[in-house]
Amino acid sequence: MILFALGTIGLLVRRDLIFILMSIEVMLNAAGLAFVAAGARWGQPDGQVMFIFILATAAAEVSIGLALVLRLHRQYKSLDVDAASEMRG
Amino acid sequence: MLKLLWLMPAIPFLSSLMLIIFGPRLAKRSVAVLGVSSIVLSALVSAVVTATFLSFPPPGNAFTQTLWTWMDVAGFRLHIGFYLDAISVLMTLVVTFVASLIHWYSAEFMSEDEGYSRFFAYMNLFVASMLTLLLADNLVLLYLGWEGVGLCSYLLIGFWYLVPANGAAGRKAFIVTRTGDTAMIVGLALLATQLGTLNIQELMLKASAQWPVGSPYALAAALLLLGGAVGKSAQLSLQTWLPDAMAGPTPVSALLHAATMVTAGVYLIARTHALFALAPLARHAVATVGIATLILAGFSAITQWDLKKVLAYSTISQIGYMFVALGVGAWSAAIFHFMTHAFFKALLFLGAGVVIDAMDDEHNIFKMGGLRKELPVAFWTFLIGGCSLAGLPLVTAGFYSKGLIIRAARASQDGSPALWLLAILGVLLTALYTFRMIFVVFFGRAKIPVGKRPGYRMTIPLVVLAALSVVGGFVNTPAALGDIHVFTDFLNRALPNWIERPAGSITEMGSEGLVTLAFLTGLGIAYLVYIRNPRYADALAEFSISKALHQFWFADWGMDWLYDRIFVRPILWFAHFDRADFIDSVYGGVARLSELTYFALRSTENGKVRWYAAGIAFGAVALVSMVLFL
Repeated sequence: MILFALGTIGLLVRRDLIFILMSIEVMLNAAGLAFVAAGARWGQPDGQVMFIFILATAAAEVSIGLALVLRLHRQYKSLDVDAASEMRG
Repeated sequence: MLKLLWLMPAIPFLSSLMLIIFGPRLAKRSVAVLGVSSIVLSALVSAVVTATFLSFPPPGNAFTQTLWTWMDVAGFRLHIGFYLDAISVLMTLVVTFVASLIHWYSAEFMSEDEGYSRFFAYMNLFVASMLTLLLADNLVLLYLGWEGVGLCSYLLIGFWYLVPANGAAGRKAFIVTRTGDTAMIVGLALLATQLGTLNIQELMLKASAQWPVGSPYALAAALLLLGGAVGKSAQLSLQTWLPDAMAGPTPVSALLHAATMVTAGVYLIARTHALFALAPLARHAVATVGIATLILAGFSAITQWDLKKVLAYSTISQIGYMFVALGVGAWSAAIFHFMTHAFFKALLFLGAGVVIDAMDDEHNIFKMGGLRKELPVAFWTFLIGGCSLAGLPLVTAGFYSKGLIIRAARASQDGSPALWLLAILGVLLTALYTFRMIFVVFFGRAKIPVGKRPGYRMTIPLVVLAALSVVGGFVNTPAALGDIHVFTDFLNRALPNWIERPAGSITEMGSEGLVTLAFLTGLGIAYLVYIRNPRYADALAEFSISKALHQFWFADWGMDWLYDRIFVRPILWFAHFDRADFIDSVYGGVARLSELTYFALRSTENGKVRWYAAGIAFGAVALVSMVLFL
């Protein structure tokens, strides 16, 4: 829970794309940790199975995220998320 | 073979649908083939049906074809069904043949127009609606055709919609005829509630059985139907749309005047003649409207300078003759005049189209002149059509049909000497304005060089119609001139004959003699004023009273002016005055509210990813806490 909150805060306050991506990883791992802990608490194997899933998802997410970061960097010559605000209404 | 009946309206309707969907992508040639051949096919079907009807008359001289049930509500049942008897056989035959000649002519006349496929789509729909109207076995289906005809007239009168005046003319035609249609639909409602059916034949039987002669219900229903007929047929009080309808292309005017639309009113009254037989007062109203229109429109026609408007007023006046015939109970005489009128009026309009085309779109007859040698085919056919319209004795169709009506105006039980004399005055007026038009356009010296000459596709319909305008009358001649009555005998299968006035009738010869005299007088005046001594016309224009009369007649007896003051301006004023009433402010408020909400919501869309993420996070927290704590 604390780990998740830390991740969220990191996501909200940082402007650097790499840090935002890392915060998302932290949040994902927090969820995974919660699954494992819950599995251990009630003696169920499902928690660990879910964690394997989360690992796979995280790997996929990182690859897409990094690709996007690369594109954004090429486009704006910076890693600042607030630079990419063309969609303002 | 009578089973083919349904094809008659179905073929033009289908081709109109195809032209609307695929028309813009088709080559002009295929559009013309599709548009013209559908009407020609319809005419062939009509010919086959007529031949079958004549050689093997169906039982009771009527044939009903029910296609399917249209509606069935609480015992009130309507079919999509067609009814064929002597009247509808004759009317459909004339309509399809004249319409196919007009379509053939338009294939060349409209060949340089942008909206070629649109034109044929509307024209085909026009004919399909008219055929539905003529063949309908119940009044609701008839009303569907009636409105279809109204819609197509609106579309075709405003065909060249880039000129605002044309659009206004189309709207005027639509709104004015709608006034009559409203009366008609009220009449239908009255008949449906009182007699419980709208099938025409059942209705007529029930009306004759339930209502005595002179019953107020019969009178009200007949007058309301008359209102519809007056609107469609451009009779007095609702005739103002027809002269303006000349804004459309010339073939449209020909179709509108000869075959479709304006004769619908005549047909309606002939179709419901049993109802009118129950209401003598309504019959008098029909005759009065007819005779008044006949005379007033005749005077207006004398003063017009626009070639097409002369013809328009002449149509109003000729339909007046048909109404007189209907009013005195000479039903078959009205249909006879409808037929001959369809021939010569289509001919005159198509001829006028040739002339106007050759004069580079000049409508003013006083700027034309001397076209006799330049356009020989147009001249001779126009002359034959004009003679038929004016009723040149012995050789033209118009003489026989008009003679029959005029005789009926005197000899019928409902006729009177006054009606008869006014109808003869109408002949004089007709001859006067017809020959004025012919003398001014085709005689004298040439003023504008002739531009375009008509090709064979335009001249063949003219020649065919000219032939019909001559021989069309020989199917029914008075006793002294051959005594043929094939036509009346045929129509008497569906329509009763008029009741002879017991005594004091004038002889047939006397009536025809007076008609001839009136014709010659009109011709003589026109010759004197427009060929022999053009100074007379100028001298006449000097007097202030004749000048004022000319103005007055030219403006259609001030009808347009009057309607503008009574209806158009107050309504426009009220609309202007009522622009900001409170109902509007409700709808305005809704618009304003959504605009404000938009401004409020727009500020949240700032394009910053972190704001969105925060929104999602707080939203999730709020939702979870709602689930947990509430």
